[in-house]
Amino acid sequence: MITATNISKSFGKKGQQKALTDIHISVKKGELFGLIGPDGAGKTTLFRILTTLILADQGKAVVAGLDVVKDYKMLRKKLGYMPGRFSLYQDLSVAENLAFYASIFNTTIEANYHLIQDIYVQLEPFKDRRAGALSGGMKQKLALCCALIHKPEILFLDEPTTGVDVVSRKEFWEMLGRLKKEGITIFVSTPYMDEASLCDRIALIQNGHILSENTPKELVNGFNRDLFGVKADRMNDARKSLLSLNNIDDAYAFGEFLHVKSNKGTVYERDIFDHLKRSGFEDIEVIRIEATIEDCFMDLMHS
Amino acid sequence: MFSNYSIVANHLTKIFGEFKAVDEISFHVEKGEIFGFLGANGAGKTTAMRMLTGLIKPTSGKASVAGFDVFTESEQIKRNIGYMSQKFSLYQDLKVWENIEFYGGLYGMDKKKINVATADLLEKLELTKEINVLVGDLPLGWKQKLAFSISIMHKPKIVFLDEPTGGVDPVTRRQFWNLIYEAAESGITIFVTTHYMDEAEYCQRVAIMVDGKIEAMDEPARLKKDFKTNSMDDVFYRLARQAKRSDS
Repeated sequence: MITATNISKSFGKKGQQKALTDIHISVKKGELFGLIGPDGAGKTTLFRILTTLILADQGKAVVAGLDVVKDYKMLRKKLGYMPGRFSLYQDLSVAENLAFYASIFNTTIEANYHLIQDIYVQLEPFKDRRAGALSGGMKQKLALCCALIHKPEILFLDEPTTGVDVVSRKEFWEMLGRLKKEGITIFVSTPYMDEASLCDRIALIQNGHILSENTPKELVNGFNRDLFGVKADRMNDARKSLLSLNNIDDAYAFGEFLHVKSNKGTVYERDIFDHLKRSGFEDIEVIRIEATIEDCFMDLMHS
Repeated sequence: MFSNYSIVANHLTKIFGEFKAVDEISFHVEKGEIFGFLGANGAGKTTAMRMLTGLIKPTSGKASVAGFDVFTESEQIKRNIGYMSQKFSLYQDLKVWENIEFYGGLYGMDKKKINVATADLLEKLELTKEINVLVGDLPLGWKQKLAFSISIMHKPKIVFLDEPTGGVDPVTRRQFWNLIYEAAESGITIFVTTHYMDEAEYCQRVAIMVDGKIEAMDEPARLKKDFKTNSMDDVFYRLARQAKRSDS
């Protein structure tokens, strides 16, 4: 559904700001694909290239069987795009915005109502309210409805959950799950690593480079170091102390635990426990754990 | 009588028209504590923070920050706190040293103190070579670390951090928290809001706001125990989904 090869893009007068370097990505039909990375990684630039809004400096991209440069007019009818910044008409009402987007795609709200029904029922009590006066969560739902109104084959969602609290984030991902069942391919970006596991496949992006493209499970399986969750009475001191232990590559806070990562050498629970004990720490707990997406991301950033 | 506390709030309330944005919240924060302030969008976090930083007057209740009354001594409060947020931090079109000098001046530091603080701060962040770079040209993570260091360059008693790590990469996010720990160890009280639940674990205590009220407040480990779960995410989710009011 998306094939991008060798995509590069720079900004600035002499092109000194490299936004994307040699990006390869492929998304299959019907997939929920996540582009995961921090602010400034190049996510939005890639979205804009794939949605025909800006031109890449080099490389080629095909979306829904259409070239993003040559066939941009046709492609625009087939894709739905929800940009990171709220871009609906603030001074039109909820219903007016929706009717407007339906009309520019030459369709009606009724024609594809089944796609938006779930989401729209929550908006309906506010249908006469100006979009600008909606709450953040409601704006997000309206934007999603407008991106869906012409029944796109592929939906591009640029950071739909940024700045959104846990409850609304959960709801939003449930909506994406239902849209996927309708057969819509979804390309979604997020800075939240914990959302990666909700995708079929993901690409990790940092400084304009794709670090990895894989299923969340395969990515985690590919983490080839020993990893431990560690607790002790003085967590931050324990972290510093562990950095000096043999065969330890990194130790960093991770929720209630420290995550302690080996370098190429083998490390056992005992080594860590004994080191902390010798260094005067108490209430020590060491368990071998499986890496999370965030551990993988940090590992790939370093290498 | 509150000498061990940096922040004391008693039934602190803010009403806008008919709307109780903050509804009788009471809590205290100890000196040098890292205190997390969580809540869904629209729960009242920002309004509470604005009252505590002396930016808006409460409707009723009592609160003191760094020993000063939020009703009558808001100017003294502003002089004794630091503030940093993701949205408003540094001037993008000023150089690194210009930003430091500007904020040092705002905080009432003299030229000599500013120079000493500048050298210290840049060395610690390993930004000495970037002293003449425009802040707008720095990577986001560096900007946030710089903004935090500037917000405590005048050695305030308390620093308020409003979602300081939003969108920052996971490595830089942890470096940022190391800076927070160091500041707390030097005696600065940390009042921080975040959407990352793993960061809630880095706080000594957290308060969770729902619909203008504090619905839970304790050490993360105890909250998880009370809710019989092993994730803060779950604690937060169960409290926040009861919210009746929508976000802003």
